[in-house]
Amino acid sequence: MSIDRTDIEKLGELARIHISDENAQASAKRINEVLALVDQLQAVDTSNIEPLANPLGARQRLRLDTVSETNRREAFQAIAPATEDGLYLVPKVIE
Amino acid sequence: MTWETVIGLEVHTQLATKTKIFSGASTEFGAAPNTQACAIDLAMPGTLPVLNAEAVRMAVMFGVAIGAEIGLVSAFDRKNYFYPDSPKGYQTTQLAKPIVLAGEVDIQLDDGTTKTVRIHHAHLEEDAGKSLHEDFHGMSGIDLNRAGTPLIEIVSEPDMNSPEEAVAFAKKLHALVVSIGICDGEMAQGSMRFDVNVSVRKKGAELGMRTETKNLNSFRFMERAIVQEVERQIDLLEDGGKVKQETRLYDGDTHTARSMRSKEEANDYRYFPCPDLLPVEIDQAYVDAVKAALPELPEARHQRFIESFDLSAYDATVLCDDMATAHYFETVASQCGDAKLAANWVTGELAAKLNSEEQAIQHSPVSAEQLAALIARIVDKTISNKMAREVFAAMWQGEGEPDTIIEARGLKQVSDSGAIEAMVDEVIANSAKQVENYRNADAAKRPKMLGYFVGQIMKASKGQANPQQVNEVLLKKLNELL
Repeated sequence: MSIDRTDIEKLGELARIHISDENAQASAKRINEVLALVDQLQAVDTSNIEPLANPLGARQRLRLDTVSETNRREAFQAIAPATEDGLYLVPKVIE
Repeated sequence: MTWETVIGLEVHTQLATKTKIFSGASTEFGAAPNTQACAIDLAMPGTLPVLNAEAVRMAVMFGVAIGAEIGLVSAFDRKNYFYPDSPKGYQTTQLAKPIVLAGEVDIQLDDGTTKTVRIHHAHLEEDAGKSLHEDFHGMSGIDLNRAGTPLIEIVSEPDMNSPEEAVAFAKKLHALVVSIGICDGEMAQGSMRFDVNVSVRKKGAELGMRTETKNLNSFRFMERAIVQEVERQIDLLEDGGKVKQETRLYDGDTHTARSMRSKEEANDYRYFPCPDLLPVEIDQAYVDAVKAALPELPEARHQRFIESFDLSAYDATVLCDDMATAHYFETVASQCGDAKLAANWVTGELAAKLNSEEQAIQHSPVSAEQLAALIARIVDKTISNKMAREVFAAMWQGEGEPDTIIEARGLKQVSDSGAIEAMVDEVIANSAKQVENYRNADAAKRPKMLGYFVGQIMKASKGQANPQQVNEVLLKKLNELL
């Protein structure tokens, strides 16, 4: 599998990052190198192997359903670019 | 041309946990904005999610309640999209390995038949925050209190063929999740929200192209949105057009739906396994224990109402329609001592009043305990049914307890046999002509002639005489004159 500039542009848009023309070319090249590595891995026959979520065989620990967090709005909002009436303000988003 | 409607539902159900799915922040409704959004909910760098055991248990409860297979190993994935009410830039959800696998829900249709709607699966995920688009100097305000609230998204197969069936299914799910206590069922607070997938096809044809109408938060909106969408699709197809796959938004204020501006990549969520969370493993013993502890399901309650309260299937259906009504009825029935009367009052006088004032039964001005106390006064013959209606109206207006109202308005029924006999004697003495007619009439015609006397006696007693006793005494006295 390999990708071209158009794919890079689409990925950039999905990730909300601007990729300049000259970077697009270079990015495509680098990502294709990674994909070549993936191709190698995918060549291995894994048809009889259970997928492994992690190599440790560990499973998710669960927490008790008790409130452990206090209201720290002031501290969080002190580093926010814009707030009003307790709300975080962001550029207008409406579909 | 006959068109067939095909409907599938995605039901977002907020779980009634105390804390978020991945953090220890409170999920209580109505707090000041962002006071229940902690570092994890805000996606601060370096934070890690830890799964809430209660969210897992509630999801399993739902699974066993619908007879579904439980995913003993389930896993979380990331669904990537940018929207400011989801600070992480992705939603943590379950795609490949959901916790609840295929199950079934039976719905009762108006014609009395039962239809099975298959559940494809249900998965655990987190809710997003809320965006407020009022004017904040051209900006949007974000409240992240709801971000991270645990949800199960219940995904049905496209097994429904009319808006009525979709509503019946939605109501059934609502009753179910409230009954087993995994959701508070408060629709107005967004505790249950529906996405409907609708398509139409000619009978027997392949499935048509479907659209998705998102975020419907009432049964009525859902029904209207489906009716409208079906009409729109049929019009489009009959005019030779094509239905475009799109996501639509329904506006409950204007009752119109519109296409969301759909960017080409809108649905490219690039799911991948969430590296922050390990697979969730539960064992069969756990599932069995959850199953054993499951509260009474709506069907079982329906059956019990018929059997232990001796109700008709119809009454039981009406009373089990939602959990709050069932609870209310049960309290009234067990406290007043006459289940049939309790059913009549809850489905009659009370339902009519709630309806006309658009009140939910949970917020009824007359509590179940008060209504029980009122009905108890009918049962012990202190007041007649008719007077009880007057007392009920007064209770509704907040005039207090039934006994106080009965006392204050002098509504006590006269059951003192001496007083009733005196009234009967007086009316007989003042109705010589009618008594004469009665004596001369055919025995068969006499019962019909009693009405006059009863009317006079009730008038004399200002409606307070116990009608049953009046009848008995009157008949005895008239027969003595024959």
